[in-house]
Formats: sequence, structure tokens, C-alpha cells
Amino acid sequence: MKKLLILTTALTGVSFAAQADVMVMSWGGAYGAAQTEAHVKPFTAMTGIPATMIDSDNPATPIKAMVEAGNVTVDVASVEYADAIRLCDEGVLEPIDPASLPAGADGTAAKDDFLPGAVTDCGVSTDIWATIFAYDTTKIADGPKTAADFFDLTKFPGKRGLHKGAKAVLEFALMADGVAPADVYATLATPEGVDRAFKKLDTIKKDTVWWEAGAQPPQLLADGEVVMTSAYNGRIFNAAIGEGKPFKIVWDSQTFENEMYVIPKGAPNKDDALKFIAYATSTEGMQQQAQQISYGPARKSANATPIMYKDGKTLMGPNVPTAPENMANALGSSFEFWVDHDAELNDRFNAWLAAN
Amino acid sequence: MAELTPAPGMLRTADGRPLKAALAQAQKKAKWRAFLLVLPLLAFVLLTFVVPILKMLERSVRHDGFSSNAPTLSAWFAQHPAAADIPEDAYAALVTDLRQMQKDRTAGEAGTRINYTIPGTISQFKAVARDADTLQPPYAQALAAKNKIWADPLLWVAMRNASSPWTSDFYMVSSDLKRDANDGLVRVAVTQRIYVYLFAKTFVLSAVIAFLCLLLAFPIAHWLAILPMARSNLLMILVLLPFWTSLLVRTTSWIALLQEQGIINDLLVWAGVLAADGRVRMIYNQAGTIIVMTHILLPFMVLPLYSVMRVIQPNYARAARSLGATSWTTFRRIYLPQTLPGIAAGSLLVFILAVGYYITPALVGGADGQLISNLISFHMNKANWSMAAALAAILLAAVLILYWLYDRLIGIDRLKLG
Repeated sequence: MKKLLILTTALTGVSFAAQADVMVMSWGGAYGAAQTEAHVKPFTAMTGIPATMIDSDNPATPIKAMVEAGNVTVDVASVEYADAIRLCDEGVLEPIDPASLPAGADGTAAKDDFLPGAVTDCGVSTDIWATIFAYDTTKIADGPKTAADFFDLTKFPGKRGLHKGAKAVLEFALMADGVAPADVYATLATPEGVDRAFKKLDTIKKDTVWWEAGAQPPQLLADGEVVMTSAYNGRIFNAAIGEGKPFKIVWDSQTFENEMYVIPKGAPNKDDALKFIAYATSTEGMQQQAQQISYGPARKSANATPIMYKDGKTLMGPNVPTAPENMANALGSSFEFWVDHDAELNDRFNAWLAAN
Repeated sequence: MAELTPAPGMLRTADGRPLKAALAQAQKKAKWRAFLLVLPLLAFVLLTFVVPILKMLERSVRHDGFSSNAPTLSAWFAQHPAAADIPEDAYAALVTDLRQMQKDRTAGEAGTRINYTIPGTISQFKAVARDADTLQPPYAQALAAKNKIWADPLLWVAMRNASSPWTSDFYMVSSDLKRDANDGLVRVAVTQRIYVYLFAKTFVLSAVIAFLCLLLAFPIAHWLAILPMARSNLLMILVLLPFWTSLLVRTTSWIALLQEQGIINDLLVWAGVLAADGRVRMIYNQAGTIIVMTHILLPFMVLPLYSVMRVIQPNYARAARSLGATSWTTFRRIYLPQTLPGIAAGSLLVFILAVGYYITPALVGGADGQLISNLISFHMNKANWSMAAALAAILLAAVLILYWLYDRLIGIDRLKLG
């Protein structure tokens, strides 16, 4: 249902495209709302440049079509790390000069202030997010603790929710099967490793509901369609803390990665788009976003002071993927791996899904 | 002389021209005027229908990501059409191209094209392009030292095939095939096979849906046809109402009805038919796709059936009965044959619509209720447009073949859409 809302909002958004100056395309739902509050509105208030947020199921998807058709209507898009690299490789993004990014609030130069890998040729990180899994505490009293529990149908009977796609799902299956996070990508690079991941997924295939849009997993949990589901951590945080739902996040075997702001080649307002990104990824912009949703800031200076959620009583520190206690058994998503193997593994994943 | 002494009986107009010629001229004018009237429509159809389809077909056989970025190596391949071993000058050509790619930042583009047939090569292209300036001859060894994949004959077969912008690679992948080191075609591993299976499944499911629609629509259409006009019009609105409702609204209503915590399951549990933990899964699987698509496509079956049944004279059936036929024989030998044009039209319409359906299976199909159109959309989303185009072209060809078969077996002139 939420997905439809996103679709319709996206369509309405596009029709207004002509009037706004900086068009920002993001993922909708709680995340899009957070970026609107933290980046879009303050940017307009500060600079006087109008900016509008539009939603997409995956903002990386329309970019190539727009650039190839020579009809780019979006100035800034929020995309996954591997997509930022891939689209940059395919030449459909504007390069971003790291020197144009502002220094941290404490005066640290931008290149030292950003966490490693947070600035690439064509993208700047806005935050670090994670794929985690969550369950409803009213349905399961003594809840799952590890990825292995997610696959344990005898201990925790009931439906599971997983993202329909190879990325993060295969890693999760391997970690549940006992592969250490450090060895996951080395394992997945071998045919035996891929087989092993799919074999693990086979054990819950019949009991899995596959979701596609980030807004779906909290909905599936709330509807009771699944007893536990993988999800983006901010969406669960938003449902649990923001809306008071009895959801609990399991951080074991989380997969975290940077989210990137990029500029499509030929964006109508490239200069303003650069200004927007500079503002949104400044210390202030990152801290403001972290007040809205539990994704970790990608600058050291933004992490230096404790950040309070907008409700005024929840500290963000323990709720972001980069908190030390959440990193105990965590995997950094490898963009190199996914740029190379995305097509191959998704083909295999689709074949696996379609076979009964 | 012939003009002065016309054949007897030839009619002429008042000014002496043969009537036939004058008539032809007048008709020619009228034809031109009529053509001018349809010209806007023709231009519209060409521009929005024919051209995009041709563009799509072109994309399915053309991809210049590698050939345009590796001109030196492509030229070498063109000069050496059948080189089994890869000599040093081919490696030198490759390195020349890699250096240029690094300057133009196009190594990713070239790698993307090769990656379609040999997974895992994008990063190799980028890595080697980055260091291309530091490579020293002999390049064969220098490249192999970077990664042994550069000595792999499979990679060279892939590069040779990508060195021309025109390619059949995407049709090859669409048929679950790949090339071996001798450039022969072999089937991909069992775990990777998907397209042939999904094409077959799409056609089977579409046929099932068309058949279910026929079963449901036949009695409804018959009833509508025999009711008095005023009442049948009222009921017709009920048939058309879902037709006028948004597709997405109808699909999501079905989700609310069919899901495990949905209305139907709740009712069955409440009535004691099902145990609370034995709820039936009716959506997010193949059953969901069939149920929802049958409902959505039902009006396309009812309308042609109705229009045919409406004009069937009841006298024929009465005559059959009065001659002693049982009601079953009357139906089978008198009524049913007369409805055939409607059945044929409705079935063809529903089947062709179902073959290309995408949003409904995406929303309610879950894992095993996906059709080939969902994979086309998947490749569109992954920006592999050539692959999407190849799959779409195969689908188009299959539908055209079916249409042709239909014409041969039943005859397109018997089609009656109302």
C-alpha cells in the first residue's frame, strides 16, 4: 500500500518539476521525509533557492533513462553506494570536486573530516545506513538474537520478510550460516560460496515474503504478515520510536553502507545542486538529518557531539549502525563486489526465486 | 483515330471525357482528402508506436559500449577474423585502448558491456585502465600478472564478440545460452537458467487466465444478453465499474482481501473452517497472480462475448428444441458455435494482454508468480536496456506468431470485438 502512495507521490512530484529550482529525488517514506526536513527546507530557508523533494522506489533507476533521453529533470539524487560507483562508471553522473565541500564545524578539512570512502568521484555520502532485521516484541517475547535465529523455523515459527534482490540477502544468509563478516565477500566470490548462500535461503524460502520498497517491512510487521523481517534500520527506528510500534532491531550480522548524493549529468541546475550537496553533507546538514532518522553521519565532526532525536528524549547514538555496540558483528557492504557481480547474482537470484 | 471513334457504349461526361477517367480523378481527390484526414493519426502512430518499437529492436542487437571505447582492439579483431591464439600485438592494442579509456574515463562503460557475458570483469577493466600507463611490454605477461583473467580465452571470445556494435549476445543470454572458449553455444548452468522457463510459464499462465476468464464470463455474458435491455444495462454497469476503477486500486483491494491476515482468511478462521495457525496463503504467489489477473481482465472477455450473444436469434435454439434436441445438444450444436467469434476475440484479447502484464504480478506475484515482463522491468531498472529489449522482442515475436497461427486456424475476419 505504501508503495502505491510512493508511486503516486512521485508522479505528482514530477508534474511540478518545472517550477522548482533544485529537484532532489530520494526514497520517500520516513527517509525522504527526514531529508526534506533536514536538507531541503533549511537549504531553501538559508539560501533562498527553492528546492523540492520527489520520491522514487530507487532513485538510481530513472537517472540513466533521463540522461540518455537528454531530458534530465532531477538535480540531485540519493542513491546507494554501489549505484553511485556504477552510474559514475557509465558516465551518467557529474564529477564532484571534493575541494568544493565545506570543512567540518570544528575546522577540520573536508577530506580529513569525512569517514573513509564517504567521498567518491561522483558522490558524497549523506549518512551510513544498514540492513538489519527486526521483530515484533508482542508476538515473540524472547526474541531472536542472531542471524542464525532468523533462519531457525523451529525456534521461531512464522513468516519472514526479506528484500527481493541478491544484495545484502546473500551476505545475510552466509553470516547466518556461520561465515565471519570478514570472509563473506571472499566466500561469495566462489561458486561454492554462492551455492552455500542459496542453500541457506532454501531453508526458509517457503516461509518468506519478499518486499521491494523500504516502506514495506514496517507495514508487513505491523500487519502481522511476518514475524520478523529484514529492513533498513531507519525505517524500523521510525516506526518504533516515532510511531510507538513494538518493534525491536537485531543488530547481529547487519550490513552497512554509505548513502550518496549524486548529480545526474546535464542536471538543469548543476551549480545550485552542488550548493545543495555542500550544505546537506556539511556537519550541520548531517546532524540535522540524524535528528530525523537513525542513520549515522558520515563526518567525524558530526559524530563528535551527541545527537537527540526530534522527540527530544531519545539519544541517536545507540541507534545508528556505526555505534560500537551495533558493530560487534557487522559487515561493510562491498561496492567493488556488487559492481562486478550484481548482474550475475541477481540473474541467479531471479532464477532461484522463479523455480519452485 | 481511336479517340475520335470511341468504342460503342462508352459513357462520356458532358465535356467529352470518358466517364471512367473522370470518376477516377474525382475519387483520387476524395482519397487524398481522406488520407489528409488520417494523416495526423498516422503520424501519431508512427511516432509513438512504430518508431519506439524499431528503436527497441535496434537496441536489442546493438551495444557499442565496448566497440566505441576500444577502437584499436576492435580494428585488430576485424583484421584477424580467425586468430585462435592471441598474439602480443592484440595485447598491445588492448593496452593502447585502456590508456585512452583511462583518459576518457570510459573503462567502466567498456567493462559493463563485457560484464554482460563474463561477470566480474568491470572491476578488472577499471583496475587495469588505472595502471595502463605503467604497463611495460610484453603486455601479455604484464596483463596476466595483474590478473589471470586477461589470459582467459573466454574473455577474448567475449571481447571479439563485443568488438562490433552489432551483436546477438543479448538474444543468446535471453535463451539461457553462453559461449564456450571455441565460440560455440552451450547452455548456462542449471541454477542460472531462467528465461526459457519464464517465457513458457508466462504463456501457460496467460492461457490459464484466459480460460478462467472464459469460464466466468460466459454465463455472465449470456445472462446479460437475454435480460431485458433496461436491466441488462444496469448489470453492465457492474461489469464496467471495475473497468473504470484504477488498476492499482483493484490490485491493492485484492491484497487486503487475500493476504494471510486479510478479510477472507479472517472470515474462514472466524467461521471455524480454518485453524488460527492454518491460514491459507492466497497472495504473493502464483495463485495470487492468477486470481487477481483473472479479475482484472474479466471485462475484456465479457464485452466481446456479450456483443456476440446479444444478436444471436433465440429462434434457432427454439427450432432445435422443437425438433427434439436436448438442452445440452441445443447449447452444444446451436448456441455455442454462434458464440465462437466472441469466444475467440475475448480469449485472444485476454491472452495477449496477460502476456505483457507487469504491475499486477509485481505487486501480488511474490516469488513464483512473476512473469517475463517482470524480468524485462528488472533489466530496465538495472539499466541493461539491451537485455530488456531482447526479451521484449522475443515476446513480441511470440505474440505475432500466435496471432498468425490464430489467423491460419480460425481466421482473423471471424474476430468480433463488438
